[in-house]
Amino acid sequence: MPNYFDFEKPIQELEEQIEKTKQLSQKNKLDLNATIKDLEEKMLAEKKRIYSNLTGWQRVQISRHPERPYTLDYIEHCFDDFIEQHGDRNVKDDKAIVGGFAKLGNQTVMVIGHQKGRNTKQRQLRNFGMANPEGYRKALRLMKLAEKFNKPIITLIDTPGASPGLEAEERGQGEAIAKNLLEMSVLKVPVICIVIGEGASGGALGIGVGDKVLMLENTWYSVISPESCSSILWRSWEHKEKAAEALKLTAPDMLKNGLIDGVIPEPLGGAHNETNEMYSRIKDELTKVLNDLSKLDSEKLIEKRIAKFSAMGAFTEA
Amino acid sequence: MSWFKRVKEGIITPTDEKKSVPDGLWHKCPRCKKAVVAKDHEANCYVCPSCNYHDKIGSAEYFGLLFDEGAYAELFANIKPTDPLGFYDTKDYKSRLTESQKKSGLSDALRVGVGKVEEMPLVVACMDFNFIGGSMGSVVGEKIARAIDYARENRIPVMVISKSGGARMMEAAFSLMQMAKTSAKLALLAKEGIPYISLLTDPTTGGVTASFAMLGDFNIAEPEALIGFAGPRVIRETIGKDLPKGFQSSEFLLEHGFVDMIVNRTELKSRLGKLLRMLA
Ligand SMILES: [Zn+2]
Repeated sequence: MPNYFDFEKPIQELEEQIEKTKQLSQKNKLDLNATIKDLEEKMLAEKKRIYSNLTGWQRVQISRHPERPYTLDYIEHCFDDFIEQHGDRNVKDDKAIVGGFAKLGNQTVMVIGHQKGRNTKQRQLRNFGMANPEGYRKALRLMKLAEKFNKPIITLIDTPGASPGLEAEERGQGEAIAKNLLEMSVLKVPVICIVIGEGASGGALGIGVGDKVLMLENTWYSVISPESCSSILWRSWEHKEKAAEALKLTAPDMLKNGLIDGVIPEPLGGAHNETNEMYSRIKDELTKVLNDLSKLDSEKLIEKRIAKFSAMGAFTEA
Repeated sequence: MSWFKRVKEGIITPTDEKKSVPDGLWHKCPRCKKAVVAKDHEANCYVCPSCNYHDKIGSAEYFGLLFDEGAYAELFANIKPTDPLGFYDTKDYKSRLTESQKKSGLSDALRVGVGKVEEMPLVVACMDFNFIGGSMGSVVGEKIARAIDYARENRIPVMVISKSGGARMMEAAFSLMQMAKTSAKLALLAKEGIPYISLLTDPTTGGVTASFAMLGDFNIAEPEALIGFAGPRVIRETIGKDLPKGFQSSEFLLEHGFVDMIVNRTELKSRLGKLLRMLA
């Protein structure tokens, strides 16, 4: 049985009904195809209704679905010949960020992304997708490598935040992220960033300064998670739904506010529901965007990239 | 100098804004509790003569003690905050802004001044902690971005004085993107070979640390300031034990290689003057 969210209850009930009817039909050799078809149509309609009215918090839940594709899944299915590189050349190899050259069609690109784990052991290994300074420094090293060989960069963002801890602070988490923001803004090659799951704060932005920043339809991107926002502003974890609404952290809201460049639609029911369809949509989008960006020379790219981020903000000027 | 002539009309002098401390008033150090004549405390750059505690001060005080004769021109004062998301938690952001403005007499958490430090021109962007915890929203980011542009146009070094709890949640992702904006502007400044000084004061945390505060050609910290990315409370909750003594202090950062020097506030102006003369 697949995992259902509480807001998917009507879908779950219909699916169970369909299953029962099918069993009944088999057991009693009855032709119930018309009933089944009717129920399936109902279910599809219900799915469409639910998925076209998602709240911020519901999208946050979908972005964290345990079966959602992670960076290495996209690398396996959208790219060929991935050659993973390790280490920041200083301290260690951070497993929460992966990266290396790969082929997108016949184009060589550098792919870098946060990596989460699927089981307890993997989650620990990947530190829940929370990178340490070494992760950001590895990412920057690889980006500079891509620049050196004039290859475009693709980053996949999926993190609940940069790792908070003694070692992260000792080794300069703030400095590592800050350096990436500065260096990414002047990279001479095209940079495309896609939020594929969670986009939490500086930990996300640390690999998120690009010419095109896109979000999958059911992801979130903000300065803080709804849970932490709730605990700080309401002094309790109970207001996460309200916080998720207030933060305007969904892809459509982020696009509306001019803070990202586009939204990639997910298959009905979320990326995990039809992964192959999701892979092919991402591959198509990346190919198209890369083609557009390849028309700009590096000076123009940098100028437009900086101008874009410089224009972000809301204030009055009397 | 052309830049000075151009801004001369808007020059603010100490008599314009600083309420001079009246005679006979005493200041009690929040740390060692010793009392000192308020005027003497002010003359000592708001540093306790007994225990060297650096009092939390704002842009008016920093401008007053750094700029020659306390004279400077304020830049971009017309940039004011708004509520782009209609943010509402236990209170709406609009009322929070109005209240903070009334209480602090400031329009947001950062002011930019240009003037001379030991006769060397310097643009200073200084955060004000008493405005919503010195949090970085669009106004803070925009003013820093423009301060850097001003420094580039006039070829004047720039300093940002950080004193901040981090990002301003009520501006959500708008606030987040100020990190990218300010860092990108610093990349342009660096390309043109203009010095950038980051002064880290108590406290400097969150998104401010993860952007302009850590990007100085010179990262200078005031003594015993709290400087870090994640807040101490968050780290304590994550690791489930108490933090080592002195963790995330200026001295800790110096030891781990993230600040160049710790400078007493009483020495700050002369150190800046020396630095600026060497680089000129
Ligand atoms: Zn004292």
